[in-house]
Amino acid sequence: MSIEVRNATRAFGSFQALRGINLMIPTGQFLALLGPSGSGKTTLLRIIAGLDRADEGNVFINGQDATAQGARGRNVGFVFQHYALFRHMSVFENVAFGLRVRPRDRRPSEAQIRARVDELLTLIQLDFLAHRLPSELSGGQRQRVALARALAVQPSVLLLDEPFGALDAKVRQELRSWLRRLHDEIGLTSVFVTHDQEEALELADRVIIFNQGVIEQDGTPEEVVEHPATPFVANFVGRVNVFHGRLEFGKAWFGPVVVDHPTPLKGAIRAEGYARPHELDITREDVGGGLWATVRHASPAGALVKVDLTDPDGRLLHVEITREQFEALAVSAGERVYVRPTRLRVFARERS
Amino acid sequence: MAGHRVSRPIRPGLTEPYAVRVGLIVVALAFLVVFLFVPFVFIFVEALRNGWSAYVGAIESPESLAAIWLTVLVAALSVPANALFGIAAAWAITRFDFRGKRLLTTLIDLPFAVSPVVAGLIFVQLFGRQGWFGAWLSNHDIRVIFALPGIVLATIFVSFPFVARELIAVMEASGREEEEAAGLLGANGWQMFRRVTLPNVKWALISGVILCTARAMGEFGAVSVVSGRIRGETATMPIHVEILYNEYAFQASFAVASLLALVAVFTLVMQTVVARRTRPVVADEALAAELIES
Repeated sequence: MSIEVRNATRAFGSFQALRGINLMIPTGQFLALLGPSGSGKTTLLRIIAGLDRADEGNVFINGQDATAQGARGRNVGFVFQHYALFRHMSVFENVAFGLRVRPRDRRPSEAQIRARVDELLTLIQLDFLAHRLPSELSGGQRQRVALARALAVQPSVLLLDEPFGALDAKVRQELRSWLRRLHDEIGLTSVFVTHDQEEALELADRVIIFNQGVIEQDGTPEEVVEHPATPFVANFVGRVNVFHGRLEFGKAWFGPVVVDHPTPLKGAIRAEGYARPHELDITREDVGGGLWATVRHASPAGALVKVDLTDPDGRLLHVEITREQFEALAVSAGERVYVRPTRLRVFARERS
Repeated sequence: MAGHRVSRPIRPGLTEPYAVRVGLIVVALAFLVVFLFVPFVFIFVEALRNGWSAYVGAIESPESLAAIWLTVLVAALSVPANALFGIAAAWAITRFDFRGKRLLTTLIDLPFAVSPVVAGLIFVQLFGRQGWFGAWLSNHDIRVIFALPGIVLATIFVSFPFVARELIAVMEASGREEEEAAGLLGANGWQMFRRVTLPNVKWALISGVILCTARAMGEFGAVSVVSGRIRGETATMPIHVEILYNEYAFQASFAVASLLALVAVFTLVMQTVVARRTRPVVADEALAAELIES
């Protein structure tokens, strides 16, 4: 079911966590709220869940205004970063909880509860651990139980707060692809919060990038990577090399690197150019439009080689080239080469 | 355990010189022996000085029985009241943000800071014949001071921090997330409390109730002021012990005192049992590793 947030604002004392957020999430979408800590993403998730209230603004679930409803009435599934499993209950009882606390007239029979829980435990592949306590499970298993518990009540939407944040890298990877498959199977509208851009880009249909309580960009993973809307997004998503220069005469000037860019009417203005590591080329000879730099270190990473260089000002540059290119180049540490951006995103900087 | 293990450091590599370790242990043990063990043994030696039948006789005297009954009754009334207060206060302090929260947290410790005698005097001043509510109370023929209600009030005052403090510590450490999860799954406030909060704080609650009971039964100062110390009527066990002692009935006095000492021992044993239950799993594993190792 769809979720809509209209003009949500939230302050904690003098700290402004959300500043007028508007967001429409259509049914079935898998959405990531991505941003650094303190950017407001978790606050928004908690407001959607009804665990927190916006100072101003409204939340609509499936077109119904749910703003006045508490967490209890919203029928949202919620998965906490630290699982929040009921520690004194078995896995089975944890999953059954939402069914058992229903008012008598809507409560399923014991047999129905048993069947539903067994079905969910099979789905998360933990049916053999039904009688364990949460403390006897691994982190990944706990998070899967938390997910089954949230799904048991057939929620209209699923919200996940940093669901893999407390897990180690390998488990995180497995659980991620498992969650994506699960979403594709049951098609539940899902929103997850993360500060891990790789996770957001890999998992979500759509990524919302937060910074200081506002949405910096709203788009598909490809859009936010390839067409960052703001310098913040360019910096936050993916690794990036920053060049400092100025805008003048219809061009952006970064030393020998010059690209077309509209300039302001009055005088020069500072500019920043962003290039991802794979958008920089290394050549031995100066073919024009390249900065010279010194090779510091090269490390192979699968099909790619990561080369670290320093420019004449001593700033570090990160370049990724293919293994073939690297071998053809045959450079070693300390050698002087030319670095040329094949693509550069330019943002005007306000005069400081 | 072998002798040299007595001062085995808990964290090898971060240890004090041998002499310092032994010195500290000796000082601590000497303290315990002088201030706890010797008096404790002394109570029983004195209580049994004239033999077992004299001991039983002292306890079975009508006045002693009245004191025992009164003490149990006072504890039975004040401990549940404090358990309720403790749960409410802990819930409010750890689950809500409100104005005056700091003040409430501080006030809970007030009985530790105020002398019980002063507390008793406050109640006399409030509810006594000359007190603020004295006229109203006597018009309605209600006796608070020099009667059971006053004793219960004074006992509640001196023993109310125990449950609240134990619960606040545990509830603060366990956080709100499990309750939030329960709410999101549709549990109402009572279900949340009954099925999630209470099981998590069960052992802390029991521990608080045990300490509260011990304090309620042992209170002397505040009760002494509000009770009027009427033998066989408003004298609780500690008061009764003092009355007997002042009348030079030493053996009888110590006989009743020995019952209070047994309550103390029972409290300690229960606390140890409960502490083992509340200890986090990690500590248990460390302990197990320790035991296997030694």
